[in-house]
Amino acid sequence: MSVQYKVVHCNINGRAVERTVDVRASLTDMLRNDYSLTAVKKGCEVGECGACTVLIDGETFNSCIYLAIWAEGKHIVTLEGLISPEGELSDIQQAFIEETAIQCGFCTPGFLLTAKEILDADRMFTDDELRKMLSGHLCRCTGYENIFRAVKKTMYRRQGKEIDF
Amino acid sequence: MRKVGQSVARVDAFDKAAGRTKYYEDRMPANALYVRIKHAEKAHAFVKSIDTSAASAIDGVVKVLTCFDVPDIPFPTAGHPWSMDPGHQDVADRLLLNRHVRYFGDDIAVVIAENEVAANQGVRALQVEYEELPFVLDVQKAMEEGAPQLHERFPGNVLKHTDLRRGNYAEAIKEPGLIKVEKWYDTPTVQHCHIENFGCFAYEENGRIVVVTSTQIPHIVRRVVGQALGRPWGDIEIIKPYIGGGFGNKQDVLYEPLCAWCSTQVGGRCVRVDCSREETFVSNRVRHAIRFHITTWLRKEGTIAARKVECYSNQGAYASHGHSIAAKCMGSFGQHYPCDHLELDSWTVFTNRPAAGAMRGYGMPQASFADESNIEDCAAALGMDPYKFRMMNVMPKDFHDAFSGNTNYFDSFRLCLEKGAAYIDYERKKKEFAGDTGPVRRGIGMATFWYNTAVYPISLETSSNRMLLNLDGTVTFQCGETEIGQGADTAYAQMVAEAVGLSSYKDVRVKSCQDTDITPTGLGAYASRQTYVAGFAIRQTADLLRGKILASAAARKELTAEDLDVVDSCVVLKSDGSPVITLSELAMTAQYDPVHSEHITAESTYTIRSNAYSFGCTFAEVEVDIPMCKVKIVNMVNVHDCGSLINPALAAAQVHGGMSMAIGFGLSEQLLFDEKTGKPLNNNLLDYKLSTFMDHPHLEAQFIENPEPTSPFGTKALGEPPTCSGAPALRNAIYNATGVAIDRNPINPHVLYEEFSRAGLIRDAWKEET
Amino acid sequence: MYDIKAIYEAESVEDAVELRLAHPEAQIIAGGSDVLVQIREGRRAGKELISIYGIDAMRGVSIDEEDNLRIGSLTSFSHITNNPLVKKICPVLGEAVDQIGSPQIRNIGTIGGNTCNGVTSADSASTLHAWEAIIELTGKNGIRRLPIKDFYIKAGTVDIRAEEGEIQTAVLIPKESYENTFGHYIKYGLRNAMEIATLGCSVNVRLSPDKRVIERCRIAYGVAGPVPMRAPSAEAVANGQAPTMALAEAFSLAVLEDINPRDSWRAAKAFRQHIAVEMAKRALIESVKRAGGEIA
Repeated sequence: MSVQYKVVHCNINGRAVERTVDVRASLTDMLRNDYSLTAVKKGCEVGECGACTVLIDGETFNSCIYLAIWAEGKHIVTLEGLISPEGELSDIQQAFIEETAIQCGFCTPGFLLTAKEILDADRMFTDDELRKMLSGHLCRCTGYENIFRAVKKTMYRRQGKEIDF
Repeated sequence: MRKVGQSVARVDAFDKAAGRTKYYEDRMPANALYVRIKHAEKAHAFVKSIDTSAASAIDGVVKVLTCFDVPDIPFPTAGHPWSMDPGHQDVADRLLLNRHVRYFGDDIAVVIAENEVAANQGVRALQVEYEELPFVLDVQKAMEEGAPQLHERFPGNVLKHTDLRRGNYAEAIKEPGLIKVEKWYDTPTVQHCHIENFGCFAYEENGRIVVVTSTQIPHIVRRVVGQALGRPWGDIEIIKPYIGGGFGNKQDVLYEPLCAWCSTQVGGRCVRVDCSREETFVSNRVRHAIRFHITTWLRKEGTIAARKVECYSNQGAYASHGHSIAAKCMGSFGQHYPCDHLELDSWTVFTNRPAAGAMRGYGMPQASFADESNIEDCAAALGMDPYKFRMMNVMPKDFHDAFSGNTNYFDSFRLCLEKGAAYIDYERKKKEFAGDTGPVRRGIGMATFWYNTAVYPISLETSSNRMLLNLDGTVTFQCGETEIGQGADTAYAQMVAEAVGLSSYKDVRVKSCQDTDITPTGLGAYASRQTYVAGFAIRQTADLLRGKILASAAARKELTAEDLDVVDSCVVLKSDGSPVITLSELAMTAQYDPVHSEHITAESTYTIRSNAYSFGCTFAEVEVDIPMCKVKIVNMVNVHDCGSLINPALAAAQVHGGMSMAIGFGLSEQLLFDEKTGKPLNNNLLDYKLSTFMDHPHLEAQFIENPEPTSPFGTKALGEPPTCSGAPALRNAIYNATGVAIDRNPINPHVLYEEFSRAGLIRDAWKEET
Repeated sequence: MYDIKAIYEAESVEDAVELRLAHPEAQIIAGGSDVLVQIREGRRAGKELISIYGIDAMRGVSIDEEDNLRIGSLTSFSHITNNPLVKKICPVLGEAVDQIGSPQIRNIGTIGGNTCNGVTSADSASTLHAWEAIIELTGKNGIRRLPIKDFYIKAGTVDIRAEEGEIQTAVLIPKESYENTFGHYIKYGLRNAMEIATLGCSVNVRLSPDKRVIERCRIAYGVAGPVPMRAPSAEAVANGQAPTMALAEAFSLAVLEDINPRDSWRAAKAFRQHIAVEMAKRALIESVKRAGGEIA
C-alpha cells in the first residue's frame, strides 16, 4: 500500500517551518517525531487526558486527535515555546515550581499550555471558572490543588495583585 | 540552616516545567520495531491454535510470535526483594505468552512490525481458535466447590490463607450484655492511572540485553528478566529514566521480559512495547477488590470486647504480589483498634480478572474502608459520637507490636484526630447539620488509618548508595530507591546535604536515572520506604565520606581529623569554626596530587531491621442532593503524623495526591466487567471515572511532626498513607448527612439511588404502582 | 499514526460534495474527536476519509434573511458558547455545548459532528430538539432542510444522502422557536467534567406577557431512548397552565409516558427514569425563572 504524504507549512513556537508528513500522522506524531518536541506527551491518544495539549492559533487542542495535515497555516505553541531564548522560564512555569505543582511531570506540559491560554485572556476569573477551564487535564499526583494555586497566583500577578491563599 | 525540614524546590522542577525531562518514549531510537500484543478475547480458555498467515503477510510485519513459541519458564512478577528461602519466593505462574488464558485480555501473541499501523493490523489479522472454559469473577464464588480452576498448583483457587488469633474469641463473646455489629463490606477493583502508560524498549548490546523501562524497581526487573528468559542476571541491564507516575503498578515487572525476549527473536534489534491506556487498565495490574465480613462485639460503655474479621481478596488471574496485600490488610485489624479477643482470617483467591498487584496503600485503602465503616456503625449501635468512640478505642500510646517491633511512641491517632476536628470545626458542624431534613443535606465524617513503613520484617530491607565528591565540592549521589514523581530525589538531596555538611541541597547531584550496571543495588520505590530506608544508608555513607574528607584534609593541613568538621561545604576547626579548606579546594588538591591522587568517594549498604508506624486521619464535609443522588465534597482535610518532614511543601503535595485518589476510590472509580463474558467494560479514561479538576474542593494537608525515634532523620512513611482514610471518611459523612450507611464503594450515583430507595429517602411512586 | 487508507481534503462545500460523489464509501471527518477515536479502536480502521475541517465557510453564527439563528456546521462548541448572538438568542444552547467533554474537546468538536454521528448522548442534541432546530444539508441538487426530529433515523444513523453528495452545512433555529423563549439544560454525569451524559434534559418555555401562564413548553432528552427525543405528554401537561410547583411535579412525572431509557452497564433504566423526572422538574422551574416568571 502506498503511503500518502503532504507538505505541511506552519509556524511552531514562533518559527515558520515545513515538513513532508505522512497524512496518517496525528499532530502529536508530527511534533514528537518530526520536530523532536517531546514535551508533547501521550497519555491516552483519544483526547481524554490532556497530556498532549498544544495551542493552535491561541486555543488549546488535544494534538493526539488532530490530524497533522490540519496544521497547515496554523500557529502552534508547545511547551518548548514558553521558555525564553535565554533559557528563562515564563511566569506560569516559575509559579508551577514555586507552588510545588509538579510531581511526576507528565501532565505538566499540557496544563501549562492551558494555563497560558487562560492567562493570555488577561482578566480575572472566579475559582469555579478556573477549575472548569483547567478540567481538560487529568493528573494523578497532585489532586490539582497546587496546580490551581499556581494558575491563580499568576493570574493575580498579571493583574498587578498579590494573592494570599 | 538545616537542609532538611525546608520547602525547597524540587531538583527536577526546572526541566519538568520546561518540558525537557526525558521519559522512556522520549529516549526511543527512531528505528525501534513496534511490538503489539494480541490479548485474548475470552475470560478463560485454552488457545488451540493461532493462524498467523494473514498477519505475517502484511507489509511491514517483521515477525509474529505466539504462545506456542515462548520458552517454558514460569516466572514471578512481584516487585519484592528476592528471598533465598524457596518457601518465601514469589509465585512463578506466568509465561511470556500464555496458552492457558486466565482472564479477558491475557497475552497470547505478539506482532513485531516496522511501524505502528502494520503492527496493529497484524494483531487484528490473527485468527485464534479457543477451547472455552467456564470462568469466575467473584472471589467467594471462586472458592466454592466445583468452581472453575485457574492454576493446577492451587486447587480451590486459594493462593493462600493466613490467620491470626488473639485471646479466646469464642469465650469472649459470651460476656453478658454485649452488642453485636455484624456486616459485610465490599471494595472495588480500581487502577493506578498514572498519566504515563507503561512502556519500554529493549535491544542487544555486546551480547547482553538492555531494557529501558518505565519502572519503579529497576534492580528487581533485572532479576525477573533474567529469570524469565533463562539468562544470567548479569546479562541484563535495566535503565530507568524519569517516569510519569507509578503508584505501585510499576512496582511489578510488566512487559520488560516480553520486550527483551522479542528483541532476541529479531536478532537483537531494538523493539518497543507501548501499552495503550486500554491495556494499562487491564493487562498491567489493578488494586485487589477485597470483601470483608466483620463482627464486632461491643460493651455498652463503648469498648470493644471481641472482633472477628474475614478478608476475601480477589487476586485475579496471576499471583503478582499475591497474599502480601491481604495479609497486611488483615494484620491492621489487630492493631488499629486493639482488642483482647480476635479471630482474623484472610484468603487470597484466583479469579478470571486482571491480575491484582501493588497499588498505593497496599491493602490499607480497603482495610480502612471496611474497618472505619464498621467502627462508625459500632458508634451508631452504641448511640455514641463517632469521634468520641474513636478516641476511646483507637490504638493507645506505647502500644507495641511484637511481630514488627513497632511501638506507638506518640499518641499519633488522637493528636491527628484533634487537629482534624479543629480544622473542620467538627462539633459545631455536627450540631448544625443535624437539623438538615430537606432534599439537600449536609454531613460530616471522619476516618483514621493504620500504616507502617517499609517491609521489615516480612522481607529484606536494604539500601545502598554512592557519594562522589566532585572537583567543585559538590557531591554526586546515586541510589536504587527511585524517583517516580513523589519527590524522592529532592528529599535525598536535602538529606545528603545535611549529612555531609554541604551548603545547599543544590550541591547534591542526584542521578535520577538508575542503570543496574552502575547504580548501587536498591529495591526501588514502594512501601513508602524511600525516605525512611534511604535515610539510614545516606547517614552511613555520608559518615564514610566525611571521614575520608576529614582524613584527607587533616593529612594535607597537618591537623588531626578528630578536630575537624564539615560545615557549609567547608572543612572547619571544630573548636572555633574557622575554615581550614573548602571542599572544592580539597577535592582539587586531592585529585591532582601528583603522588597520592585521590578521588574521594564513599559507598555503603545498610540493612534496616526496624519499621515505623505512620498514622493519620481524614475529615470530610459533604452536601448530599438526595433526589439527584449526588454528593458534593465541601471540605476535606488529612492530618498525618509521618515524623519530621524533610520537605513540608512536597509532603503536602503528596497528601493532596493521595486524597484525590481516595476521593476516586470513595465516590467514583471502579473497573467493571461484563458478567456474561468477563470482558472489561470501562477500561478507558472516559468511562472509568477519575475525579477531575471540577470534582475536588480545596484539599487541606496538615501534619503532626513527632520525630520518629528509629530514623536518622526522624522521618517515616508518607507516600501511601494519604490515600487510605479518605474513602471511609466520605462514606461516614454521607451516613451522617442522610442516615444511610453504605457498605460498598465507590459510592456513586447508581449506588446512592439503590441505597436511598431501599432506605425510603427516594420513593418513585410509579415504581410502587408497577 | 492512524490507520487511514487515504484522505481527501475539501476546501469548499462544492468540493466536499464532489468528493463525496467520487468516494461514496469514504467517511466524512469534521473535527475528528469521534472519527479518529473510532479509527484507533479499529472500528473505522483502514477507511478513506474526506476531511471537511478546512472549509472555513462552514464556520460562524449569524442571523439569516429569514431571521433564523444560523450556525455553520463546523462551528466549534467553544465558539458557539462564546458567540454574542447565541448568548442573546439561545444561551441555553451555548450552555449545553459548554458541558461537552473538556475545553480542548470543545475547541475541536463541531455542532455538525455532534449531530451527524446520530448518538443519543450528544449534549447539543436535546437542546436542538427542544428548540425544534432545522438541519440544512447541501448536495448535488442544492439545499435540503428538514426538522431535526426527522434528521435522526435511529441510533447512529441520520438522514444524509451520500449518494446525493450531501453534507450537513448548517443548523438553524427559527425565529418562531426562539422568540421570547427561555430555557435550561441539565446534564447528568457521574463527574463534573470530561463526561458523557448519563441523561441530558433541555426544557424551554414561552410565558404569556403577564408571565402567569406557560404559553408553550418544550422538553427534550438525550439518552432517554435510542435517539434524542421530545416528551410530548409532559409538554401537553404544561402548555397553557400556570407555573406552580404542582404543575412542575405533574409535568415531570408525565415524561415517563414518553421516555424509554435502557438498562445498560452505564446506568439502570430505573435510575435513568428517576433522574429524568427530577431533572425535568428542576429544568422547568429554572426555565420559568429565566423567563421572568415565578413558581407559585
